[in-house]
Amino acid sequence: MSKVLMKGNEAVGAAAIAAGCRYFFGYPITPQSEVPEYLSRELPKVGGVFVQAESEVAAINMVYGAAGAGGRVLTSSSSPGIALKQEGISYLAGAELPCVIVDMMRGGPGLGSIQPSQTDYFLATRGGGNGDYRLLVLAPSDVQELVDLIMLGFDLADEYRSPVMVLGDGMIGQMMEPVEFKEDLKREAPEKPWATTGTKGQRKPNIINSLYLEAELLEEHNIHLQEKYAKMREKEVRVETYNIENADLVFAAYGTTARIVKTAISKLEEEGYKVGLIRPITLFPYPYDTFKNINPNCKGVLTVEMNAGQMIDDVKIAVEGKIPTYFYGRTGGMVPGPAEIADKAREILGGVR
Amino acid sequence: MAVIFQKTRGLTDVPTHYCPGCTHGIIHRLVAECLEELGVLDDAIGVAPVGCSVMAYKYFNCDMHEAAHGRAPAVATGIKRVRPDNFVFTYQGDGDLASIGTAEIVHAAHRGEKISTIFVNNAIYGMTGGQMAPTTLVGQKTTTSPYGRDKETQGSPIRMSELLATIEGAVFVERVAVDTPANIRKAKKAIKECFQVQIDKKGFGIVEVLSTCPTNWGLTPPEALKWLQKNLMPYYPLGNFRRPEEVK
Ligand SMILES: Cc1ncc(C[n+]2csc(CCOP(=O)(O)OP(=O)(O)O)c2C)c(N)n1
Ligand code: SF4
Ligand SMILES: [Mg+2]
Repeated sequence: MSKVLMKGNEAVGAAAIAAGCRYFFGYPITPQSEVPEYLSRELPKVGGVFVQAESEVAAINMVYGAAGAGGRVLTSSSSPGIALKQEGISYLAGAELPCVIVDMMRGGPGLGSIQPSQTDYFLATRGGGNGDYRLLVLAPSDVQELVDLIMLGFDLADEYRSPVMVLGDGMIGQMMEPVEFKEDLKREAPEKPWATTGTKGQRKPNIINSLYLEAELLEEHNIHLQEKYAKMREKEVRVETYNIENADLVFAAYGTTARIVKTAISKLEEEGYKVGLIRPITLFPYPYDTFKNINPNCKGVLTVEMNAGQMIDDVKIAVEGKIPTYFYGRTGGMVPGPAEIADKAREILGGVR
Repeated sequence: MAVIFQKTRGLTDVPTHYCPGCTHGIIHRLVAECLEELGVLDDAIGVAPVGCSVMAYKYFNCDMHEAAHGRAPAVATGIKRVRPDNFVFTYQGDGDLASIGTAEIVHAAHRGEKISTIFVNNAIYGMTGGQMAPTTLVGQKTTTSPYGRDKETQGSPIRMSELLATIEGAVFVERVAVDTPANIRKAKKAIKECFQVQIDKKGFGIVEVLSTCPTNWGLTPPEALKWLQKNLMPYYPLGNFRRPEEVK
């Protein structure tokens, strides 16, 4: 298939339709409003349903209904709206319902800003909602990868019966890049015998539920969920690495920030520095094991984020105190430039080349 | 042997957990009978609320969702949009529908979602132990209005049927009670008509049912019925507020 030039947010919608998603429930918020705008235009053309909900709370609960009824369903928002969706996300995880949730992150806290940011890392990977649950969290760094991960996200959601979050930022949502929709990535969609379709008098009622009044039963359910998360940790880790075995300094960065870090890396290499990169593509499950392959004599891991330091917690867990960790971040919607990132690297590396 | 009476197939065979004299049970039975008699039981997908009727998903003999507190109309919207040919209903209390879920019910009606809502108004939060609801009467004592609901600081009780009847998309709105056999028959008739509106794909329908909570009202079941007649009925008049022929 040939490539088309698309804005990130529109590519989200196009990828969802290509993946067979036919239901979207959402609420406008910058910088993701092109997702509902695109889908309000395109979904009816393929027999799909677009509903502009009264709030993000309602939207995610519509997703809960639609997913329980067996639909392939998407919602998208940006940070303050994602905060509102946490109730429904916890219910979706508890009731084991598949769906894809897109978060085009913006600066926070509160109403914050509309500029790109990565402040929802904790919310996405630690769960902003109540209870012991995890989401599969996918973090694309360009529009093509955004498309691929949206399409993959629907399959993973069905396979694991779990909500999947695609974590982007205002930058990836707004930028235009050439993309293609790779049909060969699609997997066989599993049957959904658990969905509420009406009994037709031929089976026992299906019940979509996260309530277990007896503690033993709820614990059993939680053990089942944890086993599922363990399987995700075992099978679904995705990560890009560059030169980590030889580097004197390894960067850790995800999403669009990783692209800026790559520019900083080119600059540093021209100057003779040996630097590498770990770019997690799945934020849950996190590629902890990848950090074991870092050059043991490396001077440190420098985490770069568009926040005050969130993923660095996972980096610290990964290096187990064996490698010094450093952090460089900008907040509020400020995007770090390659020069300032390189400066921070030189400061750590000192004279080592 | 000729069968003169049998329990509706719309209910499962498990004992309910409702307190003695609670009218939630009667309302369940009416809903279940209507589903069966209208021939939609096997296509029905119900949504249970958070409240005393949270376990309704075990009692209705059809596919069910358990929704978050107040969100049943949004959940039902999602279901109905995926399965437009199925019959979709919510069953909600007054805390669920008239407090935490006000936005969801108003906008389900406003979009004209083709779903049906059974709204059980007992003027109190039953499940959590008798706290004040938006529907609690002025002067009524609850565990969070121990001196009686004060109009100055806590406002006057909200009349949801009247409010919803102002919304174009709400094509069937009726308030009933289940205090006497005659009223129970009327309640069933209203529920049936409300469900028929969905079957005919006309829009959103709701039946508000005045119900008792003897436990948290601190009354015996017969006293509770009398209290409902004497106090709830005058403030919440029974009757139809909207039916399809009035909707253009
Ligand atoms: C988000 C949330 N807030 C609060 C509660 C606690 N809670 C459970 S039931 C309920 C009130 C239910 O009252 P009502 O809807 O009137 O139903 P009833 O029990 O009277 O039938 C509350 C506040 C909850 N489960 N979830
Ligand atoms: S607490 Fe009240 S509403 Fe709940 S079951 Fe008991 S009597 Fe019924
Ligand atoms: Mg109540």
